[in-house]
Amino acid sequence: MDQKLKDIVIEHSDDIVKMWLDDVNKKKSSDYTAAISDELFDSTNREFVNVIFSSIEKLGLANDITEFSERLINLGWPLSYLTDGMQVFRRVTSEYILRQSDQVDSDYFAEVLREVDSWVDPVINKLVNEYSGSWENIVSLQRVALQELSAPLIPVMDNITIMPLIGTIDTERAKLIMENLLDGVIKHNAEVVLIDITGVPVVDTMVAHHIIQAAEAVRLIGSRCILVGIRPEIAQTIVNLGIDLSKFPTKSSLRKGFQSALELTNRTIEDVQSKDEDIEKLIDSLNRE
Amino acid sequence: MEFQSCVNIKKEWDIVGARQLGRDVARKIGFGTVDQARIATAISELARNIYLYAGTGKICFEAIDDINQKGLSIVAMDDGPGIEELSQVMEDGYSTSGGLGAGLPGVQRLMDEFDIQSNPGQGTEIKVIKWLR
Repeated sequence: MDQKLKDIVIEHSDDIVKMWLDDVNKKKSSDYTAAISDELFDSTNREFVNVIFSSIEKLGLANDITEFSERLINLGWPLSYLTDGMQVFRRVTSEYILRQSDQVDSDYFAEVLREVDSWVDPVINKLVNEYSGSWENIVSLQRVALQELSAPLIPVMDNITIMPLIGTIDTERAKLIMENLLDGVIKHNAEVVLIDITGVPVVDTMVAHHIIQAAEAVRLIGSRCILVGIRPEIAQTIVNLGIDLSKFPTKSSLRKGFQSALELTNRTIEDVQSKDEDIEKLIDSLNRE
Repeated sequence: MEFQSCVNIKKEWDIVGARQLGRDVARKIGFGTVDQARIATAISELARNIYLYAGTGKICFEAIDDINQKGLSIVAMDDGPGIEELSQVMEDGYSTSGGLGAGLPGVQRLMDEFDIQSNPGQGTEIKVIKWLR
């Protein structure tokens, strides 16, 4: 019986493919696929239906599905294209088989549906697994990438290190900031650390608390912390919240913070312009001679 | 009262979603950047309290557009354990979680109106309003 149904489908594959293509094409105009060129849509449809048939013949063991779905994932086709396509295939095939049969009783009807399901379901499962697997992969990669970006430490000069913070600070990130900060201070032998919060959108009590803790920890290992990049509106909310940031120096911009960091390490910025001018005058006078 | 939109707080990242929505609503009403920052910070505190103490809850925004005044009303609701000592919670420096203890009194200072209702075992509802000046 099973084999008989399968034979019917494979024997009349041309008719079924035609019905399937008609149905899928009818859907095209109404949804996401409208933006895809007819040519590409057509060739993808043909390939899709070939993959379906080969997987029915080989009982879903074919690698074709994996390859096909991987390519569609790379091209960015939505999963709904594939699931819609499989549902259309299920409907078209059951219809076709039932129409081919002489007598249809309820037993036969149930049998046909069950059989078609057993072809279609493994393919759908496999496609969904491929897609969700690739999504999970992307999400975990992005999480790693975000973690790498979340608390960078830049040694700009001997004894001066900067930690620029951009974006929201959550508990996990706050932990990372603390660890990286302390590790970096020891590793780069920093005397002064500048924490730049220009890119932090909201400073609430939790963020402030974590910054205070980090600064306190930096103080304990013998370095100094300067909080820079406090925008006017952030300054006002900090005052409203009643957060005490008086334990360490704060500055409005990285530039001012860097200047006071230089002062703390007994250094100044000197203009080399005037010296250059002297040398130019010297060269000029030499040329004239 | 114009529109109402709510954000469910279940994960830590929902706090970010809540304050982004709050900031958008505040901008549409016409608040300046300083008040936007105040509102976003207040939402952040309220949402974090829900996340820390109640686990789940929601934050709703409502634009107020009366003849006399415009403003933004924010309601934070949860079915958590509630607060036993309301007067203590509103004191600066009181915290049960090792934080700064500036959250709720800070929110009261950030916003114009502040109303808290809480009974042990019955959850907490905090309503705050910022008027547009």
